Amino acid sequence: MEKFVQLTARACPLLLANLNTDQILPARYLKWPRSKGLGSVLFQDLGVDSDGKERKDFPLNQPLWQDARILLAGRNFGGGSSREAAVYALYDHGFRCVIAPSFGDIFAQNAVKNGLLTATVSEADVADMAAMVSANAQLPITVDLERKTIVCGNMTYVFEIDPVSRNQLLNGWDDVDLTESYKEQIAQFSADYRSRRPWVVPAKS
Amino acid sequence: MNEPRTLIDKLWLSHEIVRRDDGAALLLVDRHYVHEGSFHAFSQMKERRRTVAEPALTFGVADHYVPTRGRDKDIANPEIAAMVSKLEANAAESHITLFGLHDPRQGIVHVVGPEQGLTLPGLLIVCGDSHTSTHGAFGAYAFGIGASEVAHVLMTQTLWQKKPKRMRIAVEGAAASGVGAKDIALAIIAKVGADGAQGHAIEFAGGAIRALSMEGRMTLCNMSIEAGGRCGMVTPDETTFAYLRGRAYAPKGEAFDQAIEAWSALASDPDATFDREVTLDASAIAPIVTWGTTPDDALPIDGYVPDPARETNPVRAKYLRDALDYMAIVPGKKLTEIAIDRVFIGSCTNSRIEDLRAAAAVLAGRVSKVPGLVSPGSSTVKRQAEEEGLDRIFREAGLEWADSGCSMCVGINGDVVQSGERCASTTNRNFRGRQGPGARTHLMSPAMVAAAAVSGHLADVRPLLSGRKV
Repeated sequence: MEKFVQLTARACPLLLANLNTDQILPARYLKWPRSKGLGSVLFQDLGVDSDGKERKDFPLNQPLWQDARILLAGRNFGGGSSREAAVYALYDHGFRCVIAPSFGDIFAQNAVKNGLLTATVSEADVADMAAMVSANAQLPITVDLERKTIVCGNMTYVFEIDPVSRNQLLNGWDDVDLTESYKEQIAQFSADYRSRRPWVVPAKS
Repeated sequence: MNEPRTLIDKLWLSHEIVRRDDGAALLLVDRHYVHEGSFHAFSQMKERRRTVAEPALTFGVADHYVPTRGRDKDIANPEIAAMVSKLEANAAESHITLFGLHDPRQGIVHVVGPEQGLTLPGLLIVCGDSHTSTHGAFGAYAFGIGASEVAHVLMTQTLWQKKPKRMRIAVEGAAASGVGAKDIALAIIAKVGADGAQGHAIEFAGGAIRALSMEGRMTLCNMSIEAGGRCGMVTPDETTFAYLRGRAYAPKGEAFDQAIEAWSALASDPDATFDREVTLDASAIAPIVTWGTTPDDALPIDGYVPDPARETNPVRAKYLRDALDYMAIVPGKKLTEIAIDRVFIGSCTNSRIEDLRAAAAVLAGRVSKVPGLVSPGSSTVKRQAEEEGLDRIFREAGLEWADSGCSMCVGINGDVVQSGERCASTTNRNFRGRQGPGARTHLMSPAMVAAAAVSGHLADVRPLLSGRKV
């Protein structure tokens, strides 16, 4: 997995609350294999109007935010369905960090497995940052995971992330490799666990 | 004397293999359910040249993409057909038991797992689907995971997790007639908010919860994720044990007695504490419908749609305007004046036999004013409903009686609500475009969907139940 230590990039403001994974990636694209790339259908139904025409007022459609790698989002970003493809769509589009007041639990878990940082800040702080980048789209934002800080203009904000996710992102840990190192403990634990609870194994039907 | 523990504490401890300094723990997984959407995870596993660690604890179910009509014919859409056959190939290759498209036990994973006795109290259950919280109804620690975690479980039968915080939601008293588990769930979500339980394992407690059947408890735990909860659970009791006795994969004989002993010890200790407690009065809950685009946009059926002009918070006012615009509802409208275009009865939330009985009790001898689809939660539920004559009631009311699958809840098998159409639905998400691009969804109980069907608009089911056996 790609590590995340520090990133300086442009940030796209999209402060809508409750942007659930159905909005991030509509279900009809879940059939797509990862190799096809999901960046082109990120926020597909939000970015077009009812006639299928691209909405000019949708931030991601504007040329100045095409290369944004940070997304400034509203409360409860990524709630709903567990589809990891929502993270793939953000990642494939180029995003490496989402800054928001809160995240859906499963989304946040999926994000860290793919090297996408979810940085939690207050509603006021993300609104501040959105106002600054809306006034000047060229303004870069620097996210530092080691220090848990975001520098935007002449302001420095502190963000929250749980220590487990932070560790994994900073080290680029691969879960499967890590788990392998506990192989013996797993075998011993499960043998003991099942011998004391014979009912946990499915009975023959 | 040990520190008093809650249900989630006990479940967590019994599955914890190791704990890292940063707090992450490696947990042993008892059951892993996979479906068509799990193909990303199988691909990840194959890329690493690995195999499934515990095929006997892994079960496949075809539900998300399966057709609900014309199963005697080949699936017309080649992309959908490929999703179903990919699951079949992955299951065969990995020696996983599959409840596939033509299996008599096929259905929605969150209906089939409990129905087959695979879901048991005390187990740690995962599936690449957010509504895995459903299985918590049995006192299991059950939660949805993403593809990378599915791949990890396939390869290791374990999972790294951070321990969720503990939240107790008590619903005291008794619910009135015509008020069911779905109304209780929506009342809770309206109270705590769509993200109110984020980071928490919810334990549902109180008299109104104890009084629920297993079907009702599954509906409630299913909707925990719509309150943002990591999982939801109910302490196992006699209702749970009676449901499980004799199920195909449930323990038998002495093992069952031994299991009951272990399951009976799972209840939270009397003096255990929670990080958060919320209490509701069941007698104050009326039948509820949603009007907007998140499940916490929920109000009692005798209410009115909010008016953004009267909202003092500008962010909230903008949200209300956008939601009402998408839903094409004028501010301040009486909920019972909202006309509908179709109904859907189904999904992992409300498609079990009791749900179908509740809808049929309203529909019997009446005719639906709009078209609609009824998709039972499993092929087993379908057969039972047909034995009880419920299919005839639905058909005579003018609704379509179909096969089992996720169907019109997520719309990826081709069963969609057309753009601009308004659907009264027993499903779990009223998100924009959830039932199809441009679809407008109102969530409610099966009885309330039936009431909306025979009225042609959102309606209070209670007067329609008068003089009827429910």
